[in-house]
Amino acid sequence: MDTKRLETIGNKKLTRRDALKLAGVGGLGLLVGAGGMGALMQPKPSAANLAGSAESNSADGIVPFYGKHQAGIITPMQDFICMGAFDLTATSLDDVRKLFQSWTEASARLTAGKSVGDESGHSLLPPVDTGESMGLGAMRMTITFGLGPSFFDERFGLASKRPAPLVDLPHFNSDDIRKEWTGGDVVVQVCANDPQVAFHALRNLARIGRGKAVLRWVQDGFQRTSAADPKGSTPRNLLGFKDGTANPNVSDEKTADEIVWAQSSDDPAWMAGGSYMVMRRIRMRIEVWDRSTLADQESTFGRHRESGAPLGKTDEFDDLELDRKDSKGKPVIPATSHVALAHMDGKVKILRRGYSYSSGMDLKTGQLDAGLLFVCFNRDPRKQFIPMQQKLAAADQLNEYISHVGSGIFACLPGASEGGYIGDTLF
Amino acid sequence: MSKKWVYPLSAVVLGSSLMLSACGNADTAKKPETAQPAQTTAGSQTPAADSSQASAASPELQALIDKYQKWVIEQTDQLVKSTEAFTNAVKAGDMETAKKLYAPSRAYYEKIEPIAESLGDFDPWIDAREGDVPDNEWRGYHKLEKALWETKSLEGQDKVADQLLQDVKQLRVKVESVEIDVPMLVTGAVELLNEVSTSKVTGEEERYSHTDFYDFAANVEGANEIFKVLKSSVEAKDAALAKEIETRFQELDQALAPYRKGDGFVLYTDIKEDQVKKLSQALDALAEPLSKMGTIVGG
Repeated sequence: MDTKRLETIGNKKLTRRDALKLAGVGGLGLLVGAGGMGALMQPKPSAANLAGSAESNSADGIVPFYGKHQAGIITPMQDFICMGAFDLTATSLDDVRKLFQSWTEASARLTAGKSVGDESGHSLLPPVDTGESMGLGAMRMTITFGLGPSFFDERFGLASKRPAPLVDLPHFNSDDIRKEWTGGDVVVQVCANDPQVAFHALRNLARIGRGKAVLRWVQDGFQRTSAADPKGSTPRNLLGFKDGTANPNVSDEKTADEIVWAQSSDDPAWMAGGSYMVMRRIRMRIEVWDRSTLADQESTFGRHRESGAPLGKTDEFDDLELDRKDSKGKPVIPATSHVALAHMDGKVKILRRGYSYSSGMDLKTGQLDAGLLFVCFNRDPRKQFIPMQQKLAAADQLNEYISHVGSGIFACLPGASEGGYIGDTLF
Repeated sequence: MSKKWVYPLSAVVLGSSLMLSACGNADTAKKPETAQPAQTTAGSQTPAADSSQASAASPELQALIDKYQKWVIEQTDQLVKSTEAFTNAVKAGDMETAKKLYAPSRAYYEKIEPIAESLGDFDPWIDAREGDVPDNEWRGYHKLEKALWETKSLEGQDKVADQLLQDVKQLRVKVESVEIDVPMLVTGAVELLNEVSTSKVTGEEERYSHTDFYDFAANVEGANEIFKVLKSSVEAKDAALAKEIETRFQELDQALAPYRKGDGFVLYTDIKEDQVKKLSQALDALAEPLSKMGTIVGG
C-alpha cells in the first residue's frame, strides 16, 4: 500500500478526492449519476470521519468480520471480487442453520488471514484447507452473505419471514436475463485486494457447503489496483468512463442509515442492520461501443470521458446542472443521458459497489464477453433500485451498448457478533 | 488418477517373467503378471507409510475386510461370466447381442476397479480408451466398443475378444490373493467416485456407446461396498460423518433413479446439461465426506 496515503490520513490532510475515495465513492456502477446531487447534498466528507477507519484501509490489512453490520457493504471497495450464488440442497432448517454457523466460523478465520481450519497432518485425510492462500495476507478481504427470495419459499418454513423489501425484481425493458446468471438461495460476495485470496475463500465456502448447498453461478471481477493508480481516483468502467463519481458518502452514519441499512423501524425487525443487494450482470457491447464517436459516447453518459466532469464542466466533481441549456436552448446534458436519468431529481440514492468482469469471449460471436458486475446496496429496493432502473431501462441511451444478462436480489443479513453467526436474528 | 498410466518398462519385463502358470495361455509375452504385493505395483495409490497401521486392523474389521474380498471375488466371477458371453457374441459376429451385453458386462469391472488397479496393469488392458495407451497396445472393452458403435464392424476383433477374456480371467486369479488393507479401501472408495467425476459425469468414458450410466452406477456401488466395510469404524470415530455419508449415498441413488430403464439405464446422450450438473453436484456432495473416512486410521 502507498504509505504516503496512510500518512496523509494520519495528518488529516486529505483532498476531497482522497476523502471521497476512502469513503467508498470509488465504487463503480453504471448508474453513475444516480446519487449525483445526493452526494452533494450530504455533508462533505471530512478527514475526521475517515481517520478512524484508516487501519482497515491499509491495502493488506484485516477488515473485522464481526460487527453490527456485515463487512463488504460500506467497506471501501477492494480491488477484486469473487461472487457466487448457492442453491440450498439441505432439506431442514436445522441443516441450514448449521451451514451458516460453519460458514460464519470459516469466514471469520479467512478474513483474518487464517486458513479455514486447523490441519491434522493426517496422511490419509485430505487437508482441511485447500492451501492456495497459505502465507498470503488478509488483503482486506470481506465476505458478505445474502438471502434470495427463493430462500423464503416453502422448504424451510420461513415464508412468513420474507422481508417485504425483498421483492421479485420486475422485468425491466430491454432485459435479456439468462437463467444461468440469475437468482440463487444464498449469495456470497467475497472482495479482497488479491484475486487468489478471494477465490480461496469462495472455494472453501463451497467445499463446506457440499451436500447442503451447490453453486448456481460464480462471477469474478476486478477494478484497477492501487499499484496502477496510487492516487486512488475514481475507477473507470470498461467503456472507458469514470464510474462511481456520485456515490453517496456512506462513511457518514446518517447517510448510511438513510440509504443503505435496514432500520429496526423497518419491516422486518430481524433485518435491522442488514441491507438489500441487487446484482446485475451487465454485458457491454464492447465492439459496438468502440466504433461510436467520442461525441456519442460523451452524450450517452452525460460526462466528459477524460475528466469525468459533467458535460460543459471541467472538474469531475462539479455539480450536475441538468437544467442548463446551450445557446440553442437544448440541455447541455441530454435528458436521456445516463447521468440525467439516474439522477432521479436527487431524491433516490443507492450505494454502488460494482466491478468490471471479463469472462473470455462469446464463443458464438467471437466477441469479448465483458462488462460490469453491477452490485448495489439499498435500504429498500422498492423505493430505490427498482424505480431508478425502471427509468434507466426505459430511456437510457446507454441501453444501446449494454444488456442485462444476469440478475439477483438478496437480503444481506445483519452482522454477527462473536459467538453468534450470520443469520442468527432470523433462524 | 487411474487414467494416466505410466509404463515403467521394468514392471512390464518383471511382469512378463512371472507366474506364467496362472493362465496356461500360449500368448505369454504380453501377460500381465507381477508377483509383488499389491502396494508396490503400478497404479496403487496406497500410502506405504500407513500399511503397518492397517495391518493391525481389529478382528471385527478384518472380518469385514474378508467379507469384502469375498464380494470382490464374486464380482470378478460375474465379470468372467459376463465377459465370456460378450466376447462370444463378438466372435460370433452378433453385433446386436454384443451391443446389449457390452455395458452390463463391464459394469462388474467398474465396481472393483481400485482393486484391479492395485494388481498391476489390468486397468489399461481391460479399460483403456483410445489414446490412453499407444495405439499398438490398445486392447480391451473400449476397443470393442469402438468396433461395435463407431466402425460398426467386428472383423478382426476375435483376437481382441480372446485377449479381453484372458485378461479378466487372469484378474480373477489375482484377486484371490490380493491383500486388502484399510488405506487401500479409504483411497479406493474416493477413487471410484473421482472416476465418475472426471470421466463418467462428462460422458467421456463411453464415447461411442454412451452407456456411461452403467459405469456411473457401478462405481458408486463399488464405493458403497467399501463404505459398508468401514462404516462401523467410521461410526465409532465420527458418528455424524458416517450418517452423512450414508445419507449422501441414498441421495445419489435417488438422483440416479430417474435414469434407470428396465434392468439398465438410458443413454448418457439422452440427458440435458442441467441434469448432468445435478448429478455431478450430488456426486461431489458424497465424495467430500467420503474423503474423510481416513479419519479411522490412527489419529
